[in-house]
Amino acid sequence: MIGTLESKVPPGPLPKKWRRHQNNSRLVAPNNRRRFEIIIVGTGLAGGAAAATLGEQGYNIKSFCYQDSPRRAHSIAAQGGINAAKNYPNDGDSVYRLFYDTIKGGDFRSREANVYRLAEVANAIIDQCVEQGVPFAREYGGLLANRSFGGAQVSRTFYARGQTGQQLLLGAYQALCRQIAAGTVKMFPQTEMLDLVVIDGHAKGIITRNLITGEIVRYAADAVVLATGGYGNAFYLSTNARGCNVTATYRAYKKGALFANPCYTQIHPTCIPVSGDYQSKLTLMSESLRNDGRVWVPKRREDCAKPPNDIPESDRDFYLERKYPSYGNLAPRDISSRSAKEVCDEGRGVGPGGRGVYLDFKDAISRLGETTIRERYGNLFDIYEKITGDDAYHSPMRIYPAVHYTMGGLWVDYNLMSNVPGLHVIGEANFSDHGANRLGASALMQGLADGYFVLPYTLPNYLAGQIGKRPSTDHPEFEKAENDVHARTKRMLDVNGKRSVDSFHRELGLLLWDKCGMARNAAGLQEALARIPQVRDEFWANVTVPGQGETYNQSLERAGRVADFLEFGELMCRDALARDESCGGHFREEHQTPEGEAKRDDENFADVFAWEYKGDGAQPELHREPLVFESVHLATRSYK
Amino acid sequence: MNFKLRIWRQASRDARGKLTNYEIKDISPATSFLEMLDILNEQLTARGEEPVAFDSDCREGICGTCSLTINGEAHGPSHPAAACQLYMRQFNDGETVTIEPFRVRSFPMVKDLVVDRSALDRIVQAGGFVSARTGSAPEANSIPVPKHNADLAMEAAACIGCGACAAACPNASAMLFTSAKISHLALLPQGQPERSRRVLRMVRQMDQEGFGNCTNTYECEAVCPAEVSASFISKMNREYALASLRERVGE
Repeated sequence: MIGTLESKVPPGPLPKKWRRHQNNSRLVAPNNRRRFEIIIVGTGLAGGAAAATLGEQGYNIKSFCYQDSPRRAHSIAAQGGINAAKNYPNDGDSVYRLFYDTIKGGDFRSREANVYRLAEVANAIIDQCVEQGVPFAREYGGLLANRSFGGAQVSRTFYARGQTGQQLLLGAYQALCRQIAAGTVKMFPQTEMLDLVVIDGHAKGIITRNLITGEIVRYAADAVVLATGGYGNAFYLSTNARGCNVTATYRAYKKGALFANPCYTQIHPTCIPVSGDYQSKLTLMSESLRNDGRVWVPKRREDCAKPPNDIPESDRDFYLERKYPSYGNLAPRDISSRSAKEVCDEGRGVGPGGRGVYLDFKDAISRLGETTIRERYGNLFDIYEKITGDDAYHSPMRIYPAVHYTMGGLWVDYNLMSNVPGLHVIGEANFSDHGANRLGASALMQGLADGYFVLPYTLPNYLAGQIGKRPSTDHPEFEKAENDVHARTKRMLDVNGKRSVDSFHRELGLLLWDKCGMARNAAGLQEALARIPQVRDEFWANVTVPGQGETYNQSLERAGRVADFLEFGELMCRDALARDESCGGHFREEHQTPEGEAKRDDENFADVFAWEYKGDGAQPELHREPLVFESVHLATRSYK
Repeated sequence: MNFKLRIWRQASRDARGKLTNYEIKDISPATSFLEMLDILNEQLTARGEEPVAFDSDCREGICGTCSLTINGEAHGPSHPAAACQLYMRQFNDGETVTIEPFRVRSFPMVKDLVVDRSALDRIVQAGGFVSARTGSAPEANSIPVPKHNADLAMEAAACIGCGACAAACPNASAMLFTSAKISHLALLPQGQPERSRRVLRMVRQMDQEGFGNCTNTYECEAVCPAEVSASFISKMNREYALASLRERVGE
């Protein structure tokens, strides 16, 4: 049913494409905007910014989030910063360099024109946020400060202590609050989207569950925007918030939207290691720590049990500095994570279970003084101490990679519209800008770019042809979708088995981490593909979900999300198996250079893999969008 | 480690609530407080009892979702920290731990340990923003901001909106929350045009929501996970006095 995937990238030289597209885009006149209803699901950086901006322009927005307040979306937890090519430090930065670093960091698996546009609009984001009152770090002269981040050789990251995501989100939230007060945005907190309604091939509504009352409600709109974040929680343990889930995008997939590159997941190199089976989540230590911290493990296995301060400098292996002398501790995330896994696999890991490496600030403290380090990273050192009980000013931190971000997502064209007309997807929920690996401080940039400066220009291309076409919620498709939601809820509650929802989630997570984590191979993926349906079958035969559907029921919320992860996990593995090359965060053990680096196969795999749902139990169909590189030369990534 | 738990159970806003006793055993000291509750809920589910409803999301102290009063203290005994940043090693083996929701008149009960804090959102909606239309901002470095002001604004802006300040206050006042936003924006040049209007509207909304007044007990500052200083309350009072004077006498 789907022909070739049309990226709708405008013609012309790369730096002129976006301007040209803007000039050729359709517009909706101010007096017509109030005739449109737009549903935006998710209130993180992308969804919050889009709702605020489109509301301000005069559209009627319905904004949904599962949290009790839009201010709590998980963007809030981003620590390090946001990139922009302002070149304030005068160190050679430019829009082109930000673009090039991002596309190279993504291992040449993202769409060139989208990435260039991202780099182009980044500067306006900084202007906008400053105007909203985001308290970015400043120099004594009152001007904005920058710091460096992984995968770049310039300082282009703007930050607000180690709480940049919080401050940017509060900026978007406050802009959203202004529109709520103005009546252009109607806010539905504690409301979870459980299905997408597609009428005559167009996305025209959603079915939601009110998490407080359990009521299932239909909402119709002229367009639906999903800004529902990533699927990292498929792994159970990740740095995502507990509630983060794949349900909205997965339900859209089951209604015909293509899911692109689901195997691209980012394992962040600097997280606090796992400490026990009961653990509910992992905590990230911002990558900015790698600016001043040095990563090492003992050279010899027998030193691993020694207190780190007793191991002399000469017996330490600063493996990132050794392997990547020009980037050193600032090597990109996928490379740093894999290197940590490698040294731990060699038996040189430290801490319980041998899954950890040191991140040491001793040199930075003796060079800059403890006060400076405290000023730069104080809150991160505090977090570390709270969780581990250890003082990182005096002995090195122990860190290990953890699932952090997902580059895959629903397939979108240059307008950020999926293959289902009317369904737009922004932020982490789409696939378009980060390829096979995201660079640090780029997620905040993309979320806000999509929400403030891209979607508001591209959405009218769809809306302009849709005046008066909004269906009523009495349409049979709404009826059917609502009945499906009720039936599924009932089915879950009726199983009445013996195992808790979390036990299934944990089992799936361990399986994915093991077979579809930092390193993958065909045999392991096939094993996972055989195993996941069994776990899923057991879920539907033996899960226990206490309580009822028509009440506040946290177990039921989780059960629905886990049920979707149990299907989605299979799609991840299928994608990882089909992508028979290594690239960025997708490391297939069969494809590596003699030095153990990811080996791409541009000949056969310089494409987006977009999967089409074909029914439960049926194999999804693979569609490929060839990635066309007009301006960059596909180079082998080297950070040496 | 073993603990005796006394947990507030209340089926809904209108139902009668009570403290119910539970025992939990073999908890590792490295377990977080909320993970301990997860374990309890797994055990309750296995026994066919209804699990305890409690709020949490990021579990790293930044989203402000968790909202427990532990042994009578908002967010528990270890400050500054949100409840999700507490670890069982901070409790004594065999200790009895009492867990209640944030009890504030303006936070209606939802279920068990979950309350409705939408009043805080409405205070921000009343004026806790800079009206900066997307796309109309000047170049970011065109207005220098003294580092001291920017840092102070950041200290206020660090508020996570959890509502512990109101829960800890004997008067159930949300002044620390409200003053943090007012101060954050009043300290920056971008916040100046709406400075008077903002403080008047936010304070009036705060009163309308039924929050109490400040009587300088500083309980709010003591429990604030983001270490927001109570001195912002004095700043808010000054801002408010000035703005109402202006409003009365005109420009």
